[in-house]
This record gives sequence, C-alpha cells and structure tokens, in this order.
Amino acid sequence: MKVLVTGATSLLGGAIVRLLVDRDDAVSVFQRGPTDLGVAETHGDVADAVAVRRAVAGADAVVHVAGLVSTVGPWSSFERTNVVGTRNVVAAALERGVGRVVFISSPSVAHSGASLVGVGAGRANPDTARGNYARSKAEAELLALDANCAATAVVAIRPHLIWGPGDTQLVGRIVERARSGRLAIVGPGMSLIDTIYIDNAASAAVAALDRAPEIGGQAFVVTNGQPRPVREIVNRIVSAAGLEPPRLRVPFLVAKVGGGAAERMWAARDLAGEPPMTRFLAEQLATAHWFDQRETRAKLQWSPHVSLDEGFVRLEQWFGSQQ
Amino acid sequence: MTAGEPAPASLPPTGLPELDPDWSRLVTTSEAHGVDRTWHILDNQEPDAELTLLCVHGNPTWSYIWRDLLATAPEGVRVIAVDQLDMGFSERTGTIRRLAQRVEDLAALTDVLNLSGPVVTVGHDWGGPISLGWALTHRDILAGIVLMNTAVHQPEGSSGPSLIRMVRMPGVLRNLCETTPAFIRGTISLSRPRPPKAIRDAYEAPYASANRRAAIATFVEDIPLDEDHTSFTVLADIAEGIESLADVPALLLWGPSDPVFSDLYLRDLSQRLPHASIHRFVGAGHLLPEDADVSAAIYPWLSQLAEDGPQHTSTQERASLWSAIDDRADDNGVAIIEMGSRGQSRSVTFNELHNDIEHVAGGMADIGIRHGDRIAILVPPGIDLAVCLIASWKIGAVVVLVDAGLGVRGIGRALKGANPAFLIGIPKALAAAQTLRWPGRRISTEELSHGKKRLGRILSSLSELRARGAPASLPPAPAPDDVAAIGFTSGATGPAKGVVYRHHQLQAQRDAIVDLYGIQSSDRLVAAFGPFALLGTLMGIPSVVPSMSVTAPGSLTAGALADAAMAIHATMVFASPAALANVSATAGDISDAQRAGFGDVRLLLSAGAPVLPEILHSAVALMPHADAHTPYGMTEVMPVADINLEAIGEANDGSGVCVGKPLSSVDVHIDPIDTSGETSGTLTQQSEVMGEICVRADHMRDGYDNLWLTQHRASQPSGWHRTGDVGHIDTEGRLWVEGRIAHTIVTSNGVVTPVGLEQRVVRLDGVALAAVVGVGPRGVQQVVVVLTMTSGTKSGLASAYLARSVREVAGDVDIAAVLVVSALPVDKRHNSKIDRARIATWADGVLSGGRMGKI
Repeated sequence: MKVLVTGATSLLGGAIVRLLVDRDDAVSVFQRGPTDLGVAETHGDVADAVAVRRAVAGADAVVHVAGLVSTVGPWSSFERTNVVGTRNVVAAALERGVGRVVFISSPSVAHSGASLVGVGAGRANPDTARGNYARSKAEAELLALDANCAATAVVAIRPHLIWGPGDTQLVGRIVERARSGRLAIVGPGMSLIDTIYIDNAASAAVAALDRAPEIGGQAFVVTNGQPRPVREIVNRIVSAAGLEPPRLRVPFLVAKVGGGAAERMWAARDLAGEPPMTRFLAEQLATAHWFDQRETRAKLQWSPHVSLDEGFVRLEQWFGSQQ
Repeated sequence: MTAGEPAPASLPPTGLPELDPDWSRLVTTSEAHGVDRTWHILDNQEPDAELTLLCVHGNPTWSYIWRDLLATAPEGVRVIAVDQLDMGFSERTGTIRRLAQRVEDLAALTDVLNLSGPVVTVGHDWGGPISLGWALTHRDILAGIVLMNTAVHQPEGSSGPSLIRMVRMPGVLRNLCETTPAFIRGTISLSRPRPPKAIRDAYEAPYASANRRAAIATFVEDIPLDEDHTSFTVLADIAEGIESLADVPALLLWGPSDPVFSDLYLRDLSQRLPHASIHRFVGAGHLLPEDADVSAAIYPWLSQLAEDGPQHTSTQERASLWSAIDDRADDNGVAIIEMGSRGQSRSVTFNELHNDIEHVAGGMADIGIRHGDRIAILVPPGIDLAVCLIASWKIGAVVVLVDAGLGVRGIGRALKGANPAFLIGIPKALAAAQTLRWPGRRISTEELSHGKKRLGRILSSLSELRARGAPASLPPAPAPDDVAAIGFTSGATGPAKGVVYRHHQLQAQRDAIVDLYGIQSSDRLVAAFGPFALLGTLMGIPSVVPSMSVTAPGSLTAGALADAAMAIHATMVFASPAALANVSATAGDISDAQRAGFGDVRLLLSAGAPVLPEILHSAVALMPHADAHTPYGMTEVMPVADINLEAIGEANDGSGVCVGKPLSSVDVHIDPIDTSGETSGTLTQQSEVMGEICVRADHMRDGYDNLWLTQHRASQPSGWHRTGDVGHIDTEGRLWVEGRIAHTIVTSNGVVTPVGLEQRVVRLDGVALAAVVGVGPRGVQQVVVVLTMTSGTKSGLASAYLARSVREVAGDVDIAAVLVVSALPVDKRHNSKIDRARIATWADGVLSGGRMGKI
C-alpha cells in the first residue's frame, strides 16, 4: 500500500512511518522541513492546498497527523493549520480517489470539561470543546468524517495523552519543570487519567488504516486502557528521568485562576512558548479522563501491546541513553 | 354534596410523560334507562391475550398511575386501565356515583369490552373495593387479585376514620377536593421521592377545573364510616365476600409509609386473604405504583401462577422441637445455668424447665394467644428465653426473634414489618416498645407492680402466665409444616429482612448440627453466641450462658468463659469471633483453676462473621483438647459448610476464603457469572467455576416475610436459595467464598471478585486491612485497592513501593490506584465485614477529582 503520512516530524508521525516501513508499505511523508526517516519526502504547509494536492498524488492512503498542538495561541493559527489543513488533505484525497484516510484527532473534541469516567468516544462538538486547540480539532474531525464515502473511507483516531521516549509534549514538559524545581501537582492529584504509550498509538493508527473500509465515518478514542491517578503518572515519568517526585502542591482553584492570568499575560505580551499553567490544563489535571475501550478494540481489532509498566521501563532506558 | 355539570369524555392531551397515545381509547357503555356513558381507558390491545389485567385507580388519580404496567407488559398480557366515570378523562355524568354503582359501571364496561378471561384485577386505594366488587361477581373469569394500599374495612386503631371525618367537615371537603386542587396536589406530594413536575402535572391534567373535580369530593364522601351510610353494607359485603376467595391467588403490594392505609390495613387484608403473597416496599408510601417498581413484582408473580410454587414441605419425620425436653421431664439434672456478673448464677433442672414450659404455654393459651399468632421475644439468652420460645412453639405460635445487634432503630423496623400480635420482653425492651410504638400486646418477663403494669400498658407477665397455666388444657401441637419462627438478616445492605422457618426446617437444622458435630447426650455446652444459645436446650444437653452483654459480644472475658465452662464441665464452647477476640486478649488474666476448666472442651465453634485463624489459634491455646470449627452459612441456611482450624491452614492460598466442605445434607451449586457480570440461571456442580453460590437443604428457610418479590428472586431455580455470595468449588470439593455478588467488579477484561485479592494484599508487610472495589461504569470498571496500614500512615496515594507490591500480588488484574486511608468502614453487627459499597462510592469521588474527606 502506498501511504502518505503528514506531520512526520512529530513523535506520532515518525512512529507511524517506521511501523509502515517495517511492514514494507511504500511510505512517503509531507511536512514543512526535511526528516531523517529515509523515505520519499515532499515539503510544504498543510494550509497550502496546491502543495497538499501534490503530496497526495499517487497515494492509496493518507494518515493525516499534521496539526498545531498548543494550549495557547490565537484562533487564526489553529484554524489555519488544523481546520484548513485537514480540509485540504481530505479534499485532495477525495479528488485523487485515495481509498483510505486516517485522521489523527483528540478526545478533547468531545470534552466539555466535566470528568470523563469510562465513557465512549462521543461526537465531536466545536461549540462545547474547551480552548482553541480542541475546537479546531473538533471542526476538523467533523469535516473529515463527513467526507467519508464509498470511494474514500475516513476514520478518526483520538489518542489520549501520548507519551514515550522523545516526547516533548507531556514527558518533555514535566521533566523540564521537575529539573528546574517548578513542577507542582494540581489539587490532590488523584484523578484517574488514561494515557497511551507512543508505540500503541502508532499501532492503533495503522490498525485503523487496515480496517478503514469497514469502519469509515467513525471516531475512536485510543488509550492504554490503564488509567492511573495523575500524580502517579507524573511521579513515574519524573522517576524514569532519575529525578525526585515533586513536593509542590497547588490547590485546584489557585491553579485555575493562576492559569487564567498566565494565559492573559502570555497573550498580552505575545510571549514565546507556553505558559506554565493554563485554565484548560488545570482542569485537565483535576478531572478524571478515562474511556470505554471495548468498541475501539473490537472494531480496530487492536489492543495495546506495550503495557504502562513496560513503557516506563523503556522510558527510563531512553533517559539513561540520553546522558 | 352536588354532582358536577355533565361533560363528555375526551382523550388525554398528547405529550404526557411516559404515556403512549396509542393506549388511549373511548368506550361507550349503556346504563339502565338507556343512558349512554363514555369512558376513557388505557388498553394495550394485546392480540391473543392469555391473560388480562383490569386495573382500577383510586381517588384522586386516574389510569395514568398504571402506565408502567402497560409499558412493561409481557407478551400475551393485555392491560386495561380504566378512568372511572366522573374521573380522569371519562365522562362527567352529572350524577353522584356510589360504590355499588361504580361496581356496576365496571361490569358494564367489561361486558362491552367482551372480556372472557382469565382476568386478574388490580386495585389501588378506593379502586381496591371497586375491583374486588367486580371480582366477586365475575368468579368464572377471575384468575387473581392484586391490591395496593387499600382497604375494605376500617381496622381498629387506625387514624383513617378521624382523618376522613376531618376532611368531611362542613366547608372543608369542597374547598379541599373540588374548588381547589389541594387534595390532588397533596396526594401526589405523598410520593417519595417527589416525581418530576411533568409527572405531577400529568396527574392533575384531567382535573383542571372545579367541575372536573366534583367526583373527587363525592368519592371522599362515599367512604362508609357509619352503619347508616349508603355504601356501608356494600363495602361490608365486599369485605366479607373476599374471604370466599381462598382459591383465587392474591398479591398484596404495600407502601408502609402511608399516612392513611398503614400496616394495620395490610394486616386486615392479609387476615381476610391468608393465602396472599405479600410484598412490603419499605420506604414507599401511598402512591405505591409511583414510588416502587410494582411491575417488577406483578409480572413475575403472574408468570409463577402457571407453575407450582416452591414447596418446602417436610420430607422426613423428625422429633418435635421440644421433644428433648419432654424426654427429660423427670430428669433432675441441670438444664440451663445463667452466670451472673458477681459469681451469682441462676439455674434450672430439666424437670423444672419442662414444668415451667407447660405452665407458661397453658397461660399463653389462656390469655388468648392462638395457633399462628406472632410473638416477638425480646429476651436475652438464658432460662426465660428458652421457656418463652418453647412454650410459644408448643401452642403453635410463631416466634419473632430480633437480634439485639440490629440496634433500636433496626429492631423497630423489623418488628413493624413482622407485626407481632404479642411482645414478650424484659422491662427495658417493653419500655422501648411503648415509647417507640412497636406492635404487639406487651408481656413482661419480670413481675411488675399493678401501677407499673397499667402505666406501661402491660398485658401480663411470665409469672402470671405460669400461674394461669393448666398444662392439661394445652391446645393441639402444631404440625411440622406450620410456621415456627421469623428471624432477621443482618440488614447490612438495606433494612433487615424477615426470614420464615417452619417447624420441620428448624428440626432439620437442629439435626444437621447434631450430626455435623457428633453431639451426644453426654455433651455440655457453653453458649456464648446469641443465635445458638438455645441449641443445647433443644438437643437436651446442659447449657451455660456466661456473664456477658448481649449487645456487646466483645465484652466476654476469658475469666467469665472459664467460670461458665467450669460450672458444667463443658465439652463444647460456641462463641462469636468478637467474643473470642476478647477472650484471647484477656487470656493472661485467668487462674490455673480456671484454665483447667477448659480441659474437657472437645469442640470450639465460632460463627457469625469471618473468623480470623489467629483468633481461633489463640482460643485453642486455652483449650488444649478442642477442635476448632467454623461453619459457613447465613440467616437463611445455617450451616452450609464447615471447616476446622487445621483445614484452614491447608487452604490459605486461593482466590477467596475457604469455608470447607458442604454438609452431606446440603446441596451447593454454582450459578456461573459471565464476563459481563450476569448470572446464567443454570446451576452447575463443576469445580473451579466462579459464580453465585446457591444452596438447597432441608434446614433452609421457607421464605421471606411479607417480601414476596425478594423471596421470588432468591428462590431461582425453584427450591434453591440464592445466597448473594460469589465463589467456587475446588477440585477437592471445598467451597470458597470470594465476596458478595453486589461487590463483584466488572472490568472490560472480565469479572474480578474482591476477597482473594484482599487477602493477598493484607499479607503484605505493614498492611492492616484492605478493600478491593470498582470505580466507573459496570462493564469497564477499574479496580482500586483501598487499605489501612498497621502504623498510622497519612491518607493519600500509596508509595511507589507499596503500589508496586500490591500490583505484584494482583497478577493479571490491572490495579488503577492504590489508596491509603486511616480507617475503613466496617459493618457494626459483623465487626469484620468491610463496607465495600461505601468505599467504592468514596473512591469513585476521589478518583474523579473529588475531595479525599472521610469514607
């Protein structure tokens, strides 16, 4: 199968490419700059319809990973990359008669801020999604799934909190803050949170690609199916990096108010990077997020092959090899 | 009182919640003089109905009250719910319709509907007498009657008539019922929990104007309280008539929290329909179909009408419960010794005991206690208890035995449910009975002064009964199939349930225990365990009750136990785990002579809660020749299985608690639980299959008292008792208990039972107590371990080391979280039963962002 992977410089994009190469699929990638993945490359911006159309040409399938992931930033940048970018990829796929499209989405598209306790995927809803990122992904998922048709099967995969060696989003930030002594636990840190180890997220995306004709038009949350209290996850990540667990505690309300202030400050001064806390993040850390994985596993015919324990062993080894 | 203006029948407005517009139809009947009347009825119009339910509402409701019966009707059951004329959406006739007329109206309607049977009538409130009036004139097609919170007679002591008189006072009736909707709103507000507004509005929908409410007032007026009332004889005829329905199956469903139709009315009806199945929905009130799931009782009851009900008749001739006493009537050996607190003791010989029982029984008969009457006995273990109990049995009365451990509130609820006609108690119990208005005419164990008797409204005393009793004139003894006793479950989950035993079942229990422990007439028993206190007496062996508090078994000291053992040279000791724990703790305080008093003890028995092997070990250390046993069972079947200390040691590593091999007289099967947590309904004897433990034995309970639905559910398949425990049978035939079925955790990888894992966690260093519970929706639950440490550790997430250790012993079961707390809630009566339901609710909150707080 000839597969185009967008956003291949991301942790998940790279892992999907390696998985597909390993099983001898003909893989090409599309992103803004060069990679060291050793496959055919086209460079460009997903918001550029012409560039996207060129990249999609000749592919049997597209795995659309590219996206802007951030807790802050103006709506226009999220809309440009996540909504327009996805519209371009889907339009090109339909136009070129690409048989399968897997869109990498996020569970936050159906999340309105309340605790998620053993729930299914639910329908994406831009009106209730929290923050610009989630809203843009919700719009993108809806338009992608709407495009599902007999000729082009479109499936959305929503991995929840991907982590693993090389992850700059979750692991990177936690470890960086722990090193500088700025890491704090929000509230009691007892909320159960489900995550997914990077290799499992990649294999789920590939499973979705393989099953696409049978499951077109549907969205699936994918996780390790092993929720843990948020503090346990943070502690284990920090321990894997050889650091002491955080001692600082911030009450939820303080975090939420402080997060709001930080967001406004970052926005007002146009600061680079991300603020240490946002309201969205504070909420995420104080509410449970775990999912009913039965339908996901049955329909994708997939299950995570790397357990949490095994994942943390690999993370620790990776940190060891980095020194 | 005036009739309202005539108005035609109509269909209900659309959009009333839970009401299917397809059920509604208008039906026209002809009255004498050629007048037509139009009814609104709900009818699911089931084609080829095998059975029809004819449902009649009361005042001031309408057929809407039966909507759930229509919605859940099984195939083949037609449900017709009428709006009585002048009520609901039926015609306003402009006439005043009395009871006799309403019965005729209903008959005219069923003629037009061409009901050919079989028909089961269902009546609520004043729909009860009307449906019964119809039933009495349609015996040819009548298949059963169902009644809810209704009456055919004003029983003595009811506040109903005075309430009705108050409502009927000039000026009140019309204002309350007709000119304002106060009566309707008041009636609906009795429903608990309060129904949503849309439902309350639906009840009011047909009664929007004073004219539409006219019949509500005339209905209240039609309740006959005096003989000169138009409907008095009609109702009296119905009340008398239903006593002829003995061959018609009857179901009485009751909401006891009804300010008018209290338990007194239930009792009145159950006396007229002694064969009726009864289910009291504790907590539900007057609007029973709104408050409780009556469909869940009615449909299973209907379906079992076709089958033969479970019959627990005696299969074997056994000696009567008092035969051992009769056999030793001339024996001057000691029968019972009660040890007092300061070396004082009271005792009785077999000869004295026999005579005393005969006299008290005679006295009981003399003051009017009849065969089948219920007598609550609130007397601590000892001589008086033995006398009251056996005397009651001799004259065929039913003893109601309430464990003091239920607490005052629990005792009150249990007694209100069992509704005894008499109550024998120690003065403290009688005082509580008077203050808290427990049912039953009071009899004191102690002689009281005339003034005290009058003040406490005491009917009689034990010594008075004794004096009145002429043994020669005892009424005939009860038959083996007569009911003998009502005991109560622990009430750990919800209110305590009354458990009914017949004579043959108690006889079988006595024989099973004699057989299990090889009890001989030469044995002598220390009875330090409430429920078993009388066993020795029933077996005809000497017993001693040590000095201890009934409500606090943990107060038994080693010294008190030793003194008791010495008093009769005991060969057997029965004690609760809590009592044994304190005996072990105080073992160092006893003298060598006291220690020697345990020398003849060959059997130590402990039951009533999970027994820790350590406690048995240290108790056995006091009794070098004793074999320590612990039986497994429950209020409904005891014992089911038995294990001794040695066998416990051999079976210490498995998924649950090993309770030993079932008795030879007990069948133990398993109803397998599938991966979704559901039982299959098909029993198996296969080993290593996990499921609900189901038991069958001659000595099991007959049923539950006034809890037809509970009994029906616990008796599937017919003749079995579903224990509510889950477990398995191993390849050696030993039974293992893995927890309560309500505490099973249904994960996406299958069912997890708590006990086995809890035991492995408790064995970890530093762990004191552990509970394994599930959080999240059933089917995808996550497993959580909540534990306490032996040294006080701060509450919160377990350390990384402890969490890893717990996960190691959990094996394949994924543990989402390990939480440490300062204390775990345990059930009061069974000091070591962990309240997993409460812990699960707490963990659910904490793990979804809630506060830690207290469990």
